[in-house]
Amino acid sequence: MKKRALSVVLTAALAATVLAGCGGKTDAPAQEQAASKQEPQESAQPEQEPSGESIDISAAEEGAGEVAITYANFNASGGNEETLQKMYEAFHAANPNITVNIETIGYDDYFTQMQTRVAGGTAPDCYELNIENFAAYANKGVLAELTGIDVSGYNATALSAFQVNGSQYGVPGNFSNVVLIYNKDLFDQAGASYPDDSWTWDDAMAACEKISALGDDIYGIYQPITFNEFFKVAAQYGGSVLNEDRTAFTINSPENLQAAQMMIDKIVVTNVQPTESQMGGMGDWDLFESGRLGMIPTGIWAFGAFTDACDFNWDICVEPGGTKKATHFFSNALVVNKDSDKKEAAAAWINWLASSDEAAKMRIEAGWDLPAISDNSVLSGYLEITPPDNRQAVFDSLNYLAAAPIIEEYSLMADIITDKLSLAAAGELTAEEALNQAQDECSAQIKLQ
Amino acid sequence: MNHSKWKKTAGVAGSYLTAVLIGVVVIIPFLWMLSTSLKSKGALMQIPIQWIPEEPTLDSYRTVFSRFPLLKAIGNSFLITASYTVITILSSSMAAFAITKIRFPFAEAIFKLYLASMMIPTQVTLIPLFVIMNRLGLIDTYPSVILPSVFRAFAVFMLVQQMRSIPNDFMEAARMDGAGIFRIYGQVIMPLTGSAVATLTVTTFMESWNDYLWPLLMLSDKNKMTLTLALNSLNGQYGTEYNLLMAGSLISMIPIIVIYACAQKYFKAGLMSGGVKG
Amino acid sequence: MKKKKSVVQAAPFMLPSMLGMVVFSFLPIVISIVISLTNWNGLDKLNGETLKNCMVGSENYSRILQSEEFWNVLWHTVYYIILYIPLVLVMSLLVATVLNRAMRGITVFRVLYYIPVLTSWVAASLIWKWVLSPQYGVVNQLLGYIGITGPNWLTDKVWAMPAVVLASVWKDMGFYGLFLLSGLKAIDVGYYEASRVDGAGKMRQFFSITLPLLTPSLFFCVIMALINAFQLFPQVQIMTEGGPNGATQVMVERIYTYGFKYFKMGYAAAYSWILFVIIFALTLIQMKLQKRWVHYES
Repeated sequence: MKKRALSVVLTAALAATVLAGCGGKTDAPAQEQAASKQEPQESAQPEQEPSGESIDISAAEEGAGEVAITYANFNASGGNEETLQKMYEAFHAANPNITVNIETIGYDDYFTQMQTRVAGGTAPDCYELNIENFAAYANKGVLAELTGIDVSGYNATALSAFQVNGSQYGVPGNFSNVVLIYNKDLFDQAGASYPDDSWTWDDAMAACEKISALGDDIYGIYQPITFNEFFKVAAQYGGSVLNEDRTAFTINSPENLQAAQMMIDKIVVTNVQPTESQMGGMGDWDLFESGRLGMIPTGIWAFGAFTDACDFNWDICVEPGGTKKATHFFSNALVVNKDSDKKEAAAAWINWLASSDEAAKMRIEAGWDLPAISDNSVLSGYLEITPPDNRQAVFDSLNYLAAAPIIEEYSLMADIITDKLSLAAAGELTAEEALNQAQDECSAQIKLQ
Repeated sequence: MNHSKWKKTAGVAGSYLTAVLIGVVVIIPFLWMLSTSLKSKGALMQIPIQWIPEEPTLDSYRTVFSRFPLLKAIGNSFLITASYTVITILSSSMAAFAITKIRFPFAEAIFKLYLASMMIPTQVTLIPLFVIMNRLGLIDTYPSVILPSVFRAFAVFMLVQQMRSIPNDFMEAARMDGAGIFRIYGQVIMPLTGSAVATLTVTTFMESWNDYLWPLLMLSDKNKMTLTLALNSLNGQYGTEYNLLMAGSLISMIPIIVIYACAQKYFKAGLMSGGVKG
Repeated sequence: MKKKKSVVQAAPFMLPSMLGMVVFSFLPIVISIVISLTNWNGLDKLNGETLKNCMVGSENYSRILQSEEFWNVLWHTVYYIILYIPLVLVMSLLVATVLNRAMRGITVFRVLYYIPVLTSWVAASLIWKWVLSPQYGVVNQLLGYIGITGPNWLTDKVWAMPAVVLASVWKDMGFYGLFLLSGLKAIDVGYYEASRVDGAGKMRQFFSITLPLLTPSLFFCVIMALINAFQLFPQVQIMTEGGPNGATQVMVERIYTYGFKYFKMGYAAAYSWILFVIIFALTLIQMKLQKRWVHYES
């Protein structure tokens, strides 16, 4: 009896809500659906938006030629809100008709929020995305193609990272690359010569052995076992996780195997890099800061922390290579919402923010990453700050940038490869098995266009 | 006599010992939080860990206060949390009362539905709920974060469980005295659930106060920002300023601890049995 | 006739809550059922049209049930529950009994024990990462004093889940403890007096009076703990991110990852419906069993 009552209520509620829920929704303009296919529209089509959306612009303002747009970002959180505000004030002085409502949101749940807003139809006019999410958003057709903007001032590799099928869907808002940071004192003690830009991994391994010999809890190098690291090292050996036209995975290619073997052997064979349990829950930066690590390839955003925390001498150089050089960079995309009816203003703002000299100078002054621009003279101020003495290596590294393989299911691919490589690093698989399994799983789970 | 006195003293000592032991386990991580909030950025990652900061500083607190309009955020948090808590208690206790004491047809089935609704993880209903709020035109308004409090299955469940253990004799007696159904709810049953309501008030207050994802989705206007949203912006892409985060977390805990301490007197013996006796 | 009257009486009391249930819970839940039958990516605008276009039927469900990952994840969750529920119940009961003593200064402890409950999981998880740090954490230091070399808690496949359990028990025991305390307070002192006259000792009183009369509160704790245990998420997300090598991947962590990281919202929704069926079945069993061990006074 009770059971029947329950199922009756459930069925009734279900029927009622399906009717109320979906019936109410189908009155949304059909063009929304058409628009959500892969053709981004250039011209701003005024769409019938549901009331209560977060863009608070009144029609009256638009009529007067004034535009208010919303810009959401995470990069300014954690200390750079004021710099961003100053940038905006400079922009607004030059473009008085464009008002930007800036929303700065912490990194942790930024993407949950953005995804919800996009799916709910209330995404901001323009916003920031990290590379993993950019891959998904661009491929799923929720971003506007950026056509009317001047892209000549950008660093070409960084700019190309945000192209999908030849169309530009984002501009590189900020820019950080990876260099090799080394502990000079440990090199002195081990009697090894300092690394330089000509080093290959063989040279690095030789130095690692000498440094590791200094003590039981001293290690030569720490290189994270992640997909991010892997695709770069693969590039250093001439490999890639995708074939040329991106129609198939090539994860277990001989070049990639050489790269993975190098990454894994230095943990499980020579042990010049600590295993997970030897790390004992410490972070890699902590290990370096404690003076027990010879080398660490890491982002230039570590400079500040290392300057504060290291009581030994350290410097940087371009990362070692395999058969050739390849370096890593991190950049966030600034994108325009495909459904925004103020696309031009939004594009003007993000373009200014990412590439204008004024914004670039403020960014460098604040020590807030680097602007992804090609004109190195603007960047000269950056070179004057020490340590590290060899700050020039930051720019030298830019000559070898390797772009991430952007595919729609980037995060899934990255997780599969990272998982398999960490099993190898834990000694449970060989490097070859790890790559073979990763190849099989990626091919099975991910459809490439 | 002497023997039993000794036994009693030993019993008290034993109780204290247990109490202190649990207390130490509970408090150590919290002290670490306090210690972190008093550290400078450089001392943060030092190894071995400094339990007592060598050079304690209030800089983190100063930075937290200067970085955002903290007082405004605290005001918003109070407004939202207080309304949320009051509505939860009212609406849930009414439902629990009807389910346990009026016993209308399907009361049990409805109660099971309430229970069932707790079993769906919020992660998948997030986007549908967002869309509904958008349809209702509530996005970026205070009601969008307050209104969901009318339905809180957990609160109903907790109160039903409590009200079930109240003998029906009380209701019968009150009915004999000619009390209407609203009076029975307000003056007979509610006072008897005092300690459960007090517990619920504290938990609800805390949940709403610490809630973060939903306000983040709903409120984008800086002037409506809550305290947890403000603290969230301490998370950066390349790392978190732990000293600031801990300072902020401590500041945000103070109101909850105060509320909790105030609710103490309702936890004490008497309210429940007092009601029974009166 | 009487039924009708009771409905009229109950209506004003049920209305706000039921209305809220329909709008804020039922509707989203029903929509999520529909989503579970699609391959919606969680980015395209959510409306009837979108969902209609990406219908895949029961494909998500069959794929999940056939995947090895699902069974691993289910086992991790069950493993967590086996460790967590007995431990948290014993600890909460201990907390409640201690707090129920009429001692001077007990209020201080009552506030103290609740502090973990009042701490947000973000702060608590970070704290526990430090506490469990193998070389510098306080747990392994203490173990060192008694000659035990502590494990690499969060990075060891075997110990990662127990570590999560420890943190969860620490955080939750005050909550359940306080609830049990209000149950203890509700027990009529008369019972104890009567049994003392009969010459019952403390132990016998605990097992013959306290425990049986506390069963309604214990029942609540078990149900809540079970539901919460299946929805275990924030502590895992911050402390281990599902690692090492997937050893702490649990249901909600997977749901979040599929829905918000891999953009497979349909798959995530199907996952959560399977989760729902499991919890619901277990709760119904609990409800049935309740008649055997839970004593209501009336």
